[in-house]
Formats: sequence, structure tokens, C-alpha cells
Amino acid sequence: MEKVKKKIGSFSFWNWVTASIIFRLILIYFPKNLNLSSRPEVSTPLTSFRRLAEGYWLKQSFMSPYAGSMYHGSPLLLSLLGPLTINRIEGQPNHLLYSLVSVIADVVSAMLIRATGQNLRLAYLRSLESLDLVKQIEVSGDIAALIYLCNPFTIVACVGLSTSPIENMAVILCLYGACSRLIPLAAFGWVIATHLSLYPAILIIPVIFLLGCGPDSPPRKLFLQRHQQKEVLNQSKLPPRFSWGPVIHFAFWAFLWSVYVLVLCGISLKQFGGLWEMFKSTYGFILTVEDLSPNIGVLWYFFAEVFEFFRNFFLIVFHVNILFMILPLAIRLRHRPCYLAFVYVAICSMLKSYPSVGDSALYLGLLGWFVNELADMQFSLFLFCGYVGVSLLSPVMHNLWIWRGTGNANFYFATAMVYACLQIVLVVEGVSAMLNHDRKLRNLITGKPQDAKS
Amino acid sequence: MVLLQRPHILLLLIGTHQFLQCWIAFGSVNEEGQKQEEFSEELLLKPLPDHKLLAHFHFQSSGPPSTSNGCHHHLFPKAISQLVQKFRIKEMELSFTKGRWNYESWGGFDPLSSSNAKPPGVELWAVFDVPQHHIDASWKNLTHTLSGLFCASINFLESTATYSTPEWSFPPASGNVTYGTLPCEAVCTENLTPWLKLLPCRDKAGIALLLDRPSLYRGFYHSQQLHLTSTGSSSEGIDSGIILEQTLTVVLQPNSEMAIEVHASEKHIQPSWSLSSIFGKQVSGRCVLAKPSSVYLLLDRGLPAANGLTSENFWSNPSFELSANPDRIFLEESSSHSKSLSILYMFQVEKYCESEPFDIGLMWKVPVAWLCQQTPLHASRFLMGSGNERAAIAISLKSTQFTEGFMSANSKDGSCELRVDVFQVVPWYVKVYFHSLRVFVDQQPRAVSDIIEKIHVSPSKDKMSPGVMEVVLKLPCRVNTAALTIEFDKGFLRIDEYLPDANQGFDIPSAIISFPNFHASMVFLEDDSLNKSPLLSKFQEKCPVMSYTEVLLVPLTTPDFSMPYNVITITCTVFALYFGSLLNVLQRRVAEEERFLKAKAAKKTGRLPLLLSKLSAKLRGRRLEPLHSPPSSSSFINSKLVLKVILVAGLAVGWQYFFS
Repeated sequence: MEKVKKKIGSFSFWNWVTASIIFRLILIYFPKNLNLSSRPEVSTPLTSFRRLAEGYWLKQSFMSPYAGSMYHGSPLLLSLLGPLTINRIEGQPNHLLYSLVSVIADVVSAMLIRATGQNLRLAYLRSLESLDLVKQIEVSGDIAALIYLCNPFTIVACVGLSTSPIENMAVILCLYGACSRLIPLAAFGWVIATHLSLYPAILIIPVIFLLGCGPDSPPRKLFLQRHQQKEVLNQSKLPPRFSWGPVIHFAFWAFLWSVYVLVLCGISLKQFGGLWEMFKSTYGFILTVEDLSPNIGVLWYFFAEVFEFFRNFFLIVFHVNILFMILPLAIRLRHRPCYLAFVYVAICSMLKSYPSVGDSALYLGLLGWFVNELADMQFSLFLFCGYVGVSLLSPVMHNLWIWRGTGNANFYFATAMVYACLQIVLVVEGVSAMLNHDRKLRNLITGKPQDAKS
Repeated sequence: MVLLQRPHILLLLIGTHQFLQCWIAFGSVNEEGQKQEEFSEELLLKPLPDHKLLAHFHFQSSGPPSTSNGCHHHLFPKAISQLVQKFRIKEMELSFTKGRWNYESWGGFDPLSSSNAKPPGVELWAVFDVPQHHIDASWKNLTHTLSGLFCASINFLESTATYSTPEWSFPPASGNVTYGTLPCEAVCTENLTPWLKLLPCRDKAGIALLLDRPSLYRGFYHSQQLHLTSTGSSSEGIDSGIILEQTLTVVLQPNSEMAIEVHASEKHIQPSWSLSSIFGKQVSGRCVLAKPSSVYLLLDRGLPAANGLTSENFWSNPSFELSANPDRIFLEESSSHSKSLSILYMFQVEKYCESEPFDIGLMWKVPVAWLCQQTPLHASRFLMGSGNERAAIAISLKSTQFTEGFMSANSKDGSCELRVDVFQVVPWYVKVYFHSLRVFVDQQPRAVSDIIEKIHVSPSKDKMSPGVMEVVLKLPCRVNTAALTIEFDKGFLRIDEYLPDANQGFDIPSAIISFPNFHASMVFLEDDSLNKSPLLSKFQEKCPVMSYTEVLLVPLTTPDFSMPYNVITITCTVFALYFGSLLNVLQRRVAEEERFLKAKAAKKTGRLPLLLSKLSAKLRGRRLEPLHSPPSSSSFINSKLVLKVILVAGLAVGWQYFFS
């Protein structure tokens, strides 16, 4: 996988960006034939374009958009994107403007990823220099941006008219703001991302680390060891200690933005059910997996099959599963907040109730930031082949089950299961590779032989 | 004088009188001038154009408002009056139907078809006289009571996901109607028996004697209805008078053997029939409790015209022969919608007795052909799309010969419009996208706002409420075809929400297409005797013209029903794998780190483990070994083990203590 990425990186960055945009624009003109917007991989109940249009229609006919169990998104999205769901330009496809918005969102996200990647690289180079370990570092920002733009998952999510490009943009905005220490922007991204899809709420931990200690660097202990060896303690060369100032600043801004968002939502839902109805049919819908239509996750089939009296128990177990891993990961990876954010995003997209390929596109894009550190990750070829295989097999199984009636739900579920396993392997191996990378750095500093490789 | 002086004797007398009233034979006139409880039995026979015969049984009991009788009744079924009083029902209709009414050949524009053509399965609607927030509870209780009364699974209508409250597009009743259908309910003789029990003579005497089960259920269409109307001031419950109409409509194929024998060559001739040939029974006199007990033969509007029948010669008809002489003949008053008139022959059952049973036969002499009067537009509904993910419902309206006539009559003013109301209920697992509503007029797509005058939608909530769509269409009169399509996603249910035969599919109840500008009524001349016949006076009422569409069967995707354990275990295993391996990665120390940690731990060993290791060494009778030497590690681990065991034991003791 890494080699492929390197190959991409060697070409001119802007050529690739233009090519991917043109490819998207071409695909936008054939959506009827591709029928991407109704694929279960793209449109979950939360991100579906048709449900957005239905919510907008209900709102236009003076009903609450949450009447009926169709729309489960944010009311702000409805006011911003809703008008684009109906035909605006005569003779053009209905969704043209909407698709253009998603293309723009994708490009903006890619640019933000690139800027963040460059930030990360500069910071990392600086910290390596202070450890006297200068080595060649790939321009990971460009690679990450290109992975995000040229990933078939991103393209499908963008052309398939789902709202995930916008949700992804909010997450990336949050990380970008935190990396470049634009605290209001980070708070805004975090609030919007949480408002749109709830799960990014746990990104508050990496954001706090980012603001408190700065971007990814080798463990702080290494610097101390290095300076002990040199017998000089140069405070200026040490990474800064955790500072509470920016965090409090962030908390203030996050509070401000969330009040602002809630007020906006309250205004747009004033004549209907109010905020409580919104919480019930967005967050409540996410947490109590009500819609059992197939998607690439495993929870829909699980909750279709599980016995009614165990339902609440398993709902709690699966959601707590996300929360359980927050603390151990935060302890081990606290010096690498961006990587921590990547791991969190990957875990969420694996365990969330209605996953779509848009979520995978996000964490695969973020993975591009760490091509240097993860250079000797295990199973990367296996993972790459697995992703390709699943993305080919899953539509086939879905077709056999739903359209032809010759297959069985179990076949489709099996591909979903394999996909979950692949994500698990990716997360576990990724974390393991990052920890090994830190060990390697320490061994380089302490001059021990390279026996630390596990 | 004595009576006046002693009022209590008067009271006693009145009281005794009222008590005795219960024992007075039917027919005696009440002295207070109150209306009597009445019962009528009528049968209407009508030949249909496609060689079939329609038989419509109509039984009506009326319980007048009676304060004196309390809750005692002579004729009126007690179960029904209790039902009305308990749930404060203003109006209610329950129908059990098997088969589909063929609107094209059996007509849709006469009182008979518009009030007796019902959707397959069970249909129940009720208007309650209770405050809005009590309606749900009343409905729930009513469904349970009715399901007990009629041995049917009407109680499935209790959940809010199955019934709806149409606002204006349900013509039989207006305001606060609660409406529910069970399209897949199988209707059988077990539903008919309790229905017959409500009749005073059961099926032992009178016209009900004809209700022979095998011949009834052999028919093409069979609809058994119960209509309740409670009149008067119902605020005090018992004060209300109740009218109970029980009707049974069957469409039968007369045995055409007779016709074949006579006119083997003539295929177009209508089959001849008699009561005994179609029901296998004859009427041996009336039910003694029934006031009017009569049998009618209705010749449809088109038939006499096609037949050359005129008002002069309908007593002695050249084209057919009746085996019994009619007692009276009614001719319909001329109506605006059609030129030809229908003829009604009446036979009174009272004249007949056990020795001379009543039987009526009709023998056709010449072939006749005619058409029944149809609804302005013929409605049908179908599913579009393939696969189990999404589909679309299409309601198509086609003009009939009636519209052509109507159009030619109204063509003078150019802007003539035909109003059509559509009422469609969809169950929640059919997730309708209301924004995808499209209208086609004469196969051309039209803007929704041009055609749809008014729309009311209440979207379905998962497992909570069904989706309801009420639409008013304004179609131009010259319309040939109109179609309404709406897309939907098929829902995915939990395994215990599927019916036992999940692969059969799920039913979407019939849509109701009504034409509020038209009313069907049949007014017959010679009104004096009509007042006595409830059936004919019902025909005189203007009843709304409506038709039900077909029931749709939607196949839904099914999960594997045998898999719950496998799915639970596999999924949990994978998540456990994730959890375990990630934790393992996070807390793993490689060789040199481990050594470092151990050294640190050894330095920091607390007092308690030291004591314990001393203790264990003493117990073993050995000298305490130095802690840092290699064998000590085993003793250290032992002490750790002991600690753990003590901890667990302590926990267990605590647990035991706490729960005992």
C-alpha cells in the first residue's frame, strides 16, 4: 500500500488534484446509470440524499422534518442543503448543485489535510532535529491529500450524493484548527462534527492534547534521556509541557459555538417539535440502532437477529466498546495526538451504528499523514487486498441477496464481517507499528542494539 | 279515585307493568307511545352482466331509545347494545370480505355496489363519542371485544401502527373516524356463525334459512358486514337508539346446467336460476319476528333498456319468465345520470308457509347483454420496480363509459373538472418518499401542483404509526388516463416482527378512491310502502361513490431466521478479538522494557508481600530466601497468587453476606 502511495506522490500534486476533480465531474453526469445514491454502502439512513430531500419536502409542507422516521440529520444541513435537492436549473439533473457542493467539500477537505500534514511534518522535523536524528521525511501532507481525493471510497461517497463529505470536512476542519492553533476554528469544527454525527465528540481528547502539547512528536521521555546523555538540559529544545491555557480557551469557544448551533437549530425547529425532538431523532436514532436496513457495518444484522430482551444490553455493550478504548489509547499515544485522532476515527467508523464508505475514506485519508512512521507496518499488502476484495464482493453479495433473490443475508453479512475484521487489523497493527516506531527511536537514542522489534 | 289517593299503588302498578312488558309477545304496542324494537329481513337478487347473480341479504334491527327497559331488549342483540353503550360508539362498520369486487362488470355507481363493495379481509371503522385523547383506548377495547365476538383476529388492529384517522377523504363518515384494515385476514364460516347469532331467528327461519355455508363460500365474492348507527342524545349512554344493519353480499355463479340443456347452442344466454338451485334451500315462511320480510329482484338500469322493456309491458315480459308472481313492481324515478330505469320486483315471504315454501326462479328466454353503471373512473393499483430494496406504488385511473357520457353532458362549459379523492394507508415498513409523488395525465407527466388541489400527509413512524396520504385530484373531464406514482423503500424488520410465513410478503391495504361530486341513489316510485322497507329507504339515501383498489402484496427481504445464535456469537467474537488484541498491543512490553519494569517492581515491593512470603516460608519450614535471587521470583508469584485468592475469597464472602 505504501509503495502505491509513494508512486502517487512522485507525480505532480496539482495534476492529480485536477484529474480527480474532473473524474468526479464526469461521474456526476452519469449518476442515473450508476445509481450510487441508493447503494447501501453510500447512503445510510443518516447520510442518504433521498431522506434529506424528504425532510426538506416535509419542512416545505409545514411539517416537522422529523415527522415520520425518514430524516435523521441536522436541521442546519436541511436549511443549507435542502434547497439544493430540488431542481434549480432547467434541463440539468436535479442533484447537480448538490454534487458540486460535495465536490467542493472534498477539495476543501483535501487542502486542509495537506496543510495539516505540512504542519505535522514541520513540527516533527523540528523535534527530530532536537534529538539529532535528522532523516529524510516524505511530504506526507501531499500524500494524505491525494489519498483522500483519489480514494474510490471518497469518490463514491461524493458522487453518491451522501452527506458524509460535509461531515468529514467538519472533522478535518477541527483537526486542522487544532494543529495550526486556530482555537475558534478547532472548536467550530468539533462542534459541527459532533452535531452532524455524534461520534466525533470523542475527538475532544486528541484536540486537547494537540492544543496542550502541540502536534505529534516522539515521546517526551526521549528528550529527557537525550539531554541526560548529553549532560546538558536545554529547556528551549524540550517539547513544551502541557499548558492549560489553550484548552480553556478551546472549552470557551466550544461552549460558545455549541450554544450558537443549538440556538440556530432551535430557531429552525421552533414551530415544530423543538430541540428535544431533534435530539431524539438524531442522537437517539444513532444510539438505539432503529433502522435495520443493510449497510457495511455489522450492527444492523446483529440487531435484526438478536432477541428483544437482550437488545438494550448489546446496545450498551457496543457503544461502551468505543468508550472503553479511549483511555488506554490516550495514555499510550498522548504524545501523538493526530495519530490518536486517526485511531479514534477508525474505531468509530468500525463500531458506529450506520457506517458508510465515507467514514472509511476519512480515516484512510488521515492514515496518509503517517506514511513515514508506519513504513514498517505489518500486513499492509494483506489489508490493501482485503479492502479491494471486500469492496468488490460486497456489492455482488448485496445484489445476489436483494435483487436476484438467489443469495442469502448471511453472505452479505459475511462480507460486512470481513470488512470489520480488516478494520480491526488495521487499527491494531497501526497502533502496534506506531508503538514500535517509538521504541526504535528510543533505541536509536540510547544506542541499544535493535532487539526491540517485536 | 282510589288510585289517585294512593300514589304508591299507582307506582307499583306501573312498575309491574314495566316488568311484565318483558314478557309481552312481540308486536304489542307500547302504551307510552315509544317506538318498538323492530327487525326486518330482506333479500335482493340481481342478475349481473357476466352470467352471475348477486344476492344481498339485509337484516336490520333497531333498538329505540328506551329508558324504561333499562338494558333489556326483546329483539336487539344485547352484546351489540352493550358494546355501543360501553365504548360510546356513534357509528361503526365492520366487514369481512373474501374475494374482490369486480368494478368493471358488476358496476360501481349504484347504492348496492358503493356500499357493499369492500376490500378483502377485515375492514373496521368507527366514530366514537369520546374526547380525543380517549379514542385510542376505546379503539383498543373495541377491537378486542369485536375479535372475541366474531372469532377473528381483529385485535391485531389495536396497535397504533395499524390504524389511522383519515381527515377528509373517507366518505362514509366524517370527523374523528378511526379506520383500520387487515387485508390478510381469512374469512370463513367461523366468522359467519357469530354474525348469525345476532339475528333473532338465527338461521333457523326466514330468509336467513337460505344461508347455506357451502353455497355461500363457493361464490366469487362474499362480504359480510355489520353497520351500527347510534342515534339520539348519546351523552347519557342508554338514551341512544341503535340501528344495527347486518348485510351479506354474495356473488354466485348460478348452475348453468338448465340453460345448457335448453339452449345448448346459445352460449350468450344468461343462466337461469332459482333460489333452490343456487342456495340448495327454499324459504319456508318468514321469521315470525321480522316485520317486513320480503325478497326483491332488481333488474339493473341497463337491462330493461337492452331488453326492450318498457313501463307498459314489464308485467308480462317476453324475454324472461318468473316462477313466482311478484306482489308489487316498482319503477325507478328518472335520474339525471342515466336515461334507462331499473325495475324492482317485490315478493312477500309472509304469504308462504312450511307446506308451500317460497322459491323464485328466473328463466331467460332470449340472450340479453347489458352493462352495469360504472364509477366515473376505474381505479387500479399496482407495484412497480423489482428487487427487494425499493419499489413504487402506482394508482392508475382510467375513464369508463360513464365519464364519456358525463363529459358530453358537461362539455358546454369548457373548464369542467372531475374531483377525485385518494386515501391511501401504508404500513410503516413501507417507507414512502412523499417528495417523489408524480402525476401523469394522459401519460404525460404534469406538475404536481397543477393537478393536486389539496394534499394531507402523515408520514409513518417506525413501529408507531402508519403512513397516511390523502390527496384531492382535480382532473380535466376529458381525461383518458391518470396515474399517481410514489416511491418507497422496503423496510427491514427484526426477525420476530415477521409473520410466520415471512416469504409470502406483506400486504398494503387498499386505497380508497372516491368521487365526492357524485352520489349514487335509487329512488323508486310509490313511496308509501317504501317507508317500511329499510333496504329500499337505504337505497334512496345519497351514498358516496367510491371504490377500493386491489390489495398489494409486497415481498420483503428476510434475514436468515435460523441464525440468531450464530450471528450473536460471531459478532461478539470479532468484537472481543478487537478489544483483546488492541489491549494486548497497548500494554505489551518488549524484552528490555520488561526487565526494567521488573527491577523497578522488585525495588518497590511492599511490606505485605514480604511478610506473606516470610509467612509462607515459615509454613514450609524453610529459611527465608533472599528476595532478589532467581528462585524467589516463584515465591513472590506465589504470594501474589495467595493475595489474589484472598481477595477473591473476601469478595465472595462479602457477596454472600450482602445477599443473605
